[in-house]
Amino acid sequence: MAGFDKRVASYEEAMEGIESGMTVIAGGFGLCGIPENLIAEIKRRGVNDLTVVSNNCGVDGFGLGILLEDRQISTILASYVGENALFEKQMLNDEIEVVLTPQGTLAEKMRAGGAGIPAFYTATGYGTPIGEGKEVREFNGRHCILEEAIVGDFAIVKGWKADRYGNVMYRHTAQNFNPMAATAGKITVVEVEEIVEPGELEPSQIHTPGIYVDRIIQGTFEKRIEKRTVRS
Amino acid sequence: MALTREQMAQRVAQELQDGFYVNLGIGIPTLVANYIPDGIDVMLQSENGLLGMGRYPTEDELDADMINAGKETVTVRPGAAIFSSAESFAMIRGGHVDLTVLGAFEVDQQGNIASWMIPGKLIKGMGGAMDLVAGAENIICTMTHASKHGESKLLEKCELPLTGAGCINRVLTDLAYLEIKDGAFILKERAPGVSVEEIVEKTAGKLIVPDHVPEMTFDA
Repeated sequence: MAGFDKRVASYEEAMEGIESGMTVIAGGFGLCGIPENLIAEIKRRGVNDLTVVSNNCGVDGFGLGILLEDRQISTILASYVGENALFEKQMLNDEIEVVLTPQGTLAEKMRAGGAGIPAFYTATGYGTPIGEGKEVREFNGRHCILEEAIVGDFAIVKGWKADRYGNVMYRHTAQNFNPMAATAGKITVVEVEEIVEPGELEPSQIHTPGIYVDRIIQGTFEKRIEKRTVRS
Repeated sequence: MALTREQMAQRVAQELQDGFYVNLGIGIPTLVANYIPDGIDVMLQSENGLLGMGRYPTEDELDADMINAGKETVTVRPGAAIFSSAESFAMIRGGHVDLTVLGAFEVDQQGNIASWMIPGKLIKGMGGAMDLVAGAENIICTMTHASKHGESKLLEKCELPLTGAGCINRVLTDLAYLEIKDGAFILKERAPGVSVEEIVEKTAGKLIVPDHVPEMTFDA
C-alpha cells in the first residue's frame, strides 16, 4: 500500500504520461529554482509542440533552453525571454509563439488556476498592448482587465526538502514561482534535494502541502548561476 | 551640467524616508541603494520574492539560491523575508510598497509610461514593470531628458507602446526634477548649472515653470 507516499523511482517514471501538445507549467526565476532534471527528462523523451508556462526560458544549453534545441516548445507564456541566442532566432523566424505576460499576472494566473478561480481582474496591463482585446471593468475608479487562469497538464517544480508525502519546502529565493506552479498541474511533479520521513518537517513551515503533489523524486542539481555578482 | 548616473541616483535617494519599503528597477534605480542617507532605514523589495535585500555576497557567501530580480547573486539583511512570486506581487499590486523607482524610454504629461517595447527591435518582455507601475502609488521615473539626437522623452503623448497608463507622478531626468499633475509637467528643480531655457527647449510636453526653480543640492 503506497498510501500517501508520492516517491517515484526514476526520472522516467516522474514524467510518465507527458505527451506532445501538452501544457507544462514550470517553476523557477531565471536559472534559480528550476526543475533542471525534469526538464532534461522532457528533452530525453522528445515530446514536442509543448506550451510552456514559465517566467523565463532558460539560457542556451541549460534549463528550458535545452527544449529549444529540438524545437520541442511551440508556445511559451513568459514575462521575460531572449537571454538565449537560440530563443531569439526561433522568435524572429516565428518558430515559437511568445505570449508575453506581466510577471505578477503570470504568478496570479498560476495561483488562480490551482485555486479553482477561472479568471481575475487586475489593473496591470490596462492601456497597454497586453490589455488589447480583453474585457475591461472599472472598480473603485480604476480600469482593470480580465485575465484568465492557467492549468497545466503537468507542473514541474524544484523544491529543497520534501517528505515522502509530498510536503515541500523551498530554499531562499529558489521559491519564486514554484509554489504556484505546484498547485496548477493536473499532474504535479516535484524534484528535491532531500526526501525525509513524514514528521521530520515542521508542519507550519511547509510551503507546498502534499495534497498538491503527485510525484516526488530526489535529484542532484547543478544550480548554475546566471549573473555572478560578488563584493571583494 | 547634466547629472551623471550617480548624481541621478543620489537625487532620487533624497526622496527616501525612514521606514520605506522600496522597489528599485534595473539601471540607475539600482544605484539608489548606494546613496541611502545616514540615519534612515529602508527595506529593499526584489520582485522575485525578497524583502530586505542586502549587499552582493563575498565569494564565501555566494549562493545560487539567493538572487535578486536582476538575477544577480545577493545576500539578505537582518530582518529580511523571502516568499513566493504571488506573495511578492500581492505586495506590489496591493499598494504596500512605499516607493518604486524605475527607468523609462518615454513619459508623457498624462503620467503614461513607455519602458518595455520598441517596435521593430527585439522584444524581451516587461518582466514585473507593468505590475509595478499599476500597483504603486508613488513612483519615480528616472531617464535622460532627451535622446542622443536631442529628441525629448517628456512628451505630450507617448509614442511607444505603454507599460502603464496614468501612473507616473514624478520624473527625475539628468536635467531636472519634475512632477506630473493635471496633464502637465511641473518643473520643480534643475540640475546645477542647467538653465530653465534648456529644460523648456528639451521638454516636448506641456511644462509649467514656476517663478523660482531652485538648483538641486547634493551632500559632499
